Amino acid sequence: MTSATAAGGVKPPAARKSRKSVTGTRRMVAALFLLPALVLLGALVVYPIGYSVVRSFYDQSGDGFAGIDNYKALFTDEGIRTALKNNIIWVVFAPTVATALGLIFAVLTERVRWGTAFKLVVFMPMAISMLAAGIIFRLVYDQDPDKGVANAVWVGVHDTFAPSSAFPKAHPGRDSPLEPAGGGAFITKSPVRAGEAVSLPLVGVAPRLMPDDAKAAVAPEPQPDKVTGTAWQDFTRGRGVGTLNEVDRAELGYAGMKVEAVKDGKVVASATAADDGTFTLPASADGAQLRLPASNFKEPYNGLDWLGPSLVTPSIIGSYIWMWAGFAMVLIAAGLASVPRELLEAARVDGASEWQVFRRVTVPLLAPVLAVVTVTLMINVLKIFDLVFIIAPGSSQDDANVLALELYRKGFSEDQPGIASAISVFLLLLVIPVMWFNVRRLRREVRR
Amino acid sequence: MKAKEPLGSRLAEAVGGGVLRVFLIIVGLFWLVPTIGLLLSSLRSPEDIAASGWWNVFTEPSQITFDSYAKLLENDDITSSLLNTVWITVPATLLVVIIGSLAGYAFAWMEFPGRDWWFLGVVGLLVVPVQVALIPIAELFGTIGIFGSVLGVVLFHVGFGLPFAVFLLRNFFAEIPRELLEAARLDGAGELRLFFRVVLPLGGPAIAALGIFQFLWVWNDMLVALIFSDSGSQPITVALQTQVRQFGNNIDVLAPGAFISMVVPLAVFFAFQRQFVSGVMAGAVK
Repeated sequence: MTSATAAGGVKPPAARKSRKSVTGTRRMVAALFLLPALVLLGALVVYPIGYSVVRSFYDQSGDGFAGIDNYKALFTDEGIRTALKNNIIWVVFAPTVATALGLIFAVLTERVRWGTAFKLVVFMPMAISMLAAGIIFRLVYDQDPDKGVANAVWVGVHDTFAPSSAFPKAHPGRDSPLEPAGGGAFITKSPVRAGEAVSLPLVGVAPRLMPDDAKAAVAPEPQPDKVTGTAWQDFTRGRGVGTLNEVDRAELGYAGMKVEAVKDGKVVASATAADDGTFTLPASADGAQLRLPASNFKEPYNGLDWLGPSLVTPSIIGSYIWMWAGFAMVLIAAGLASVPRELLEAARVDGASEWQVFRRVTVPLLAPVLAVVTVTLMINVLKIFDLVFIIAPGSSQDDANVLALELYRKGFSEDQPGIASAISVFLLLLVIPVMWFNVRRLRREVRR
Repeated sequence: MKAKEPLGSRLAEAVGGGVLRVFLIIVGLFWLVPTIGLLLSSLRSPEDIAASGWWNVFTEPSQITFDSYAKLLENDDITSSLLNTVWITVPATLLVVIIGSLAGYAFAWMEFPGRDWWFLGVVGLLVVPVQVALIPIAELFGTIGIFGSVLGVVLFHVGFGLPFAVFLLRNFFAEIPRELLEAARLDGAGELRLFFRVVLPLGGPAIAALGIFQFLWVWNDMLVALIFSDSGSQPITVALQTQVRQFGNNIDVLAPGAFISMVVPLAVFFAFQRQFVSGVMAGAVK
């Protein structure tokens, strides 16, 4: 049978030899059995193919012959070219990644007792509509890391390795001893002396964005042979700055603020402010200017713009893989079940590592199944429509465009049925090799 | 046998097994979390959704509310489109199974000139993309006056469901042992009787697989209905699709709506896993 059914599809009740009619059918009866199917297929599938081919050679109104103009548009129209480019990306990446994941999952779950449960989870998205999957992933890809789970995870990972600063938007207030030092850093206007206490007042951090461990700021205490100081939010909620450039009660220290002492452009000492905003620098900071480096004030990392122009296609491909990796996995798992155990055992006995067994025995034996899965997914991806239509927001839909979407636009909202027909014929041409392959594969079998 | 292995390799196996489990659990979460996100979003108020992520219900379970569902079921557009989905899916599935079985049986067991060529022709149609037919059929349906009706959507689905149905059923029916058919014939059964009493019952597994497959296919379709239905005949997928352009504002309709539209396919999926898998596998040519 077909390789698909060989992979474990519907099991026939038994083998059979001749398929000569047992009743000596009259042709009339055969025709009656076939009629409904052939009429519907003729009217709804075959006729439209012919119509589309003819229509693709006529202009948009359908009155004038247009030669190959509509086909030329396939390669000149900006929208169609983007669609074509994206379709290529889709066809190259979506089926291969889905098949590779399916293979990995199928092989790995074989060794786990709850493999079936895992398979069920991964296979489940196949049962739902692309519309529902689209809505699911619109939620996943929400730009705001507080709402979209993709960015929540991504920002979480990012901040683990590159913590974002605690004081975005903090800046010196009126008459401040600090001035901008370029690149977002701030520096004291005059050098500091050992034994002096330095005030580093800043304003501009929203109260709810202050670090949780910030405590009431403490005025700097001078210490001999040391530079001491306080960095704090010189702003009291509801009462403005209070005493300008002086620590007032209820003003919070900038817990964790980094302070550098800079002499002649070189950092000679550095310190981190305590929870109450105080810091202490050694005597070597004497005569240096104090700088609050830009890393204190970086905007918090907001994650990736998943549905923005550059990432939208990969993001949607991700959602497709979420839907279809299970399909690949189930087919491959069925193929795997028919791989003779003895072969694998023999390879292991011969001292092959698990990886070698996988690479040299399992994969070659599965090659036909892998091919069927990949080709099936390719045909499927060629026609991808719903996911792009739903997930790509209006602002980046042009960037996410694919042929089927462009066909829909041209044919049904831009009233260019000639070009739309050319796109459909183009899609049909792309699947003809598979059509031919299917027919050939069956011809041998039908003639048995 | 295990006991004879050196401790080292047993240890490696245990650690490897642990890593494998952790890996699979993480992957499983990757697959589950998006759906859980939709479910929990559908159970929060629009204000909560606008303010924070769905995972906040784990710390504030009091946010859970069925208001969005209650409102949705009072929304006539949604309820009537849900009914339309049923009116489209049930006939489209039954017709494909019936017409496909008749043709499958004829191709498997009747004699007429060019039988196998006709069948190969049908097989050739398996991979024809629906996109090829959208414009021509839209015009055809417009001409005969069924554009925008449930009937049109059903017919289109039947047309494009048939190649697979005929392919699957013919191959399955052809494997029925000849002796069974002959025995029935000797008992005096005619073609119709043979078809109903022998072929259909024996074809049960294939018909079930096909039925499940076609049912989910049609239930989940959006593109075909987007073109061939109008506001009175649109199924749930199309009704929801119109709300997607203002995603943020309509989330209280979209999230519960999407979840409701998923309930039937998921129930079918869990109830008929085996048949679904068979159908999907046989469908690997589509």
